Amino acid sequence: MHKGLSATTATALALGMAFLYLPILVLVVYSFNASRLVTVWGGWSTRWYAALLEDAALIEAASISLRVAALSATVATVLGTLAAVALVRFGRFRGRLVLSALVYAPIVMPEVITGLSLLLLFVAVNIDRGFWTVTISHTTLTMCFVVLIVQSRLVRFDMSLEEAAMDLGCPPLRTFLTITLPLIWPAVASAWLLAFTLSLDDLVIASFTTGPGATTLPIRIYSDVRLGVKPEINAVCTLMIATVAAALILTSLVTKGADARRR
Amino acid sequence: MRPPAQPRSSGARLVVLVPLLWLACFFLLPALIVLKISLSQPAVAQPPYAPTLDLAAGWAGLKEFLAGLSFDNYVLLATDPLYVGSYLKSLKVAALSTLALLAVGYPLAYAMARAPRRLQGFLLLLVILPFWTAFLIRIYAWMTILQRDGLLNQALLALGIIDTPVTWLASDTAVYIGIVYSYLPFIVLPIYASLERIDPTLLEAAADLGCTPTQAFWRVTVPLSLPGVMAGATICFIPIVGEFVVPDLLGSSATMMIGQTLWAEFFANRDWPLAAAVAIVMLVLLIAPLVLYEHLQARFMASER
Repeated sequence: MHKGLSATTATALALGMAFLYLPILVLVVYSFNASRLVTVWGGWSTRWYAALLEDAALIEAASISLRVAALSATVATVLGTLAAVALVRFGRFRGRLVLSALVYAPIVMPEVITGLSLLLLFVAVNIDRGFWTVTISHTTLTMCFVVLIVQSRLVRFDMSLEEAAMDLGCPPLRTFLTITLPLIWPAVASAWLLAFTLSLDDLVIASFTTGPGATTLPIRIYSDVRLGVKPEINAVCTLMIATVAAALILTSLVTKGADARRR
Repeated sequence: MRPPAQPRSSGARLVVLVPLLWLACFFLLPALIVLKISLSQPAVAQPPYAPTLDLAAGWAGLKEFLAGLSFDNYVLLATDPLYVGSYLKSLKVAALSTLALLAVGYPLAYAMARAPRRLQGFLLLLVILPFWTAFLIRIYAWMTILQRDGLLNQALLALGIIDTPVTWLASDTAVYIGIVYSYLPFIVLPIYASLERIDPTLLEAAADLGCTPTQAFWRVTVPLSLPGVMAGATICFIPIVGEFVVPDLLGSSATMMIGQTLWAEFFANRDWPLAAAVAIVMLVLLIAPLVLYEHLQARFMASER
């Protein structure tokens, strides 16, 4: 159903992409605005970025967010990859239906419910809330996205390589580490990155499960944003976008390299 | 058919058990706790609800605990117009924004599927990319655009379309814009996937049999893309019902969506049992579309084979 790019198709695409990208572009451009009034253009300036460096509380929040994201993404990638291997490679085993239901449910579950229920769990078992409770909560949510990504890669590649290794006497764990993992590596890398960004991005679940001394960056931004638009916030958001963009480019380079080497 | 690996070996059992136990502890168990607390009453205590289960008291403690549970919170939710209105508002916003998402997303997905093959991968990437930008940031970006002296009003005033600035923020319009913006990739991807799979010879056959392109579109393309449409609509509808960030930052405080009501009961009123009951009722309202989604997913998988 594809011919050349017709005028209507091109228009629809242009409008759609403008809708998706203009708001982000506006945000980035206005972070370099010299004027304090967010809607008046006062020339280019980096003063809001300089102001960020003075804001110790904000830097602390950013550092907590980065640590939570790195740790929870790593645990989530391990757990999610295990679940994906089980779902794709083990055929019909007892508990398969339960596992797949438990993997899909958190993805569509409204965040307010996930956040509330995790908090009530932490209160019930009487854990001090803070860094660790947020990390556990983020791991739970993001591991489900990891499963989706790794699963889609696992179903696409040929089982016969693993079977050959096993036939030649390679134990299952070794087969996984030397054959399967290198093959699904690009998916595992992008799954980690998605888990990292989802954690860095989350406001609702973190608000419920955090405690004193563990204010994450989104919680901090949210409390500022509620009071209105501020140029400092534009600068923080631009930095977050830049971080994720850099990580995305890096992952795509790494996975492209891995794919190219295999050929 | 591939032979199943041996899940009986202890290593393989661990592969299943570790993620299963994690999700059971941090997803299933919390859901049960929410159910339990929704049957309790708020109390000035730590934790702020009663009764609490005292395992040390044994059987008598359990009996006393069960006697303390009640459905009062559910009765309140069903009778107080504040909560009923909040649920209705959430369902209305979710339904209308899903329709709006289809109106914006279908043409975009259709245009992507009709674009030259070599462009399609790039277009797909362009649609997915904004999803990697924080949700909060994308909503914040719209605050800049929609505020009273924001870019939208400036543009409309400059073009002479309006004489006085329009109040966009703190309105339902702003909520719809914010939701459509942030959920667009989730509706475009499944629709694109189903459109892209349509065999072009079917459309040629329709043309040969005398269908105009418009007729062929409505009689061939649209029915064949329905699985994608339904999947996309379900994926969007469910989280939108519980949406908190968008209505909180862009909407008015006149009628709160149910996610905001839950948030307010929990953080402002510290009525944890009522917040838990709000969550349980929301879940029950959402289970129907969830089951539908699972069903569609199964059919989709079957048609893949």
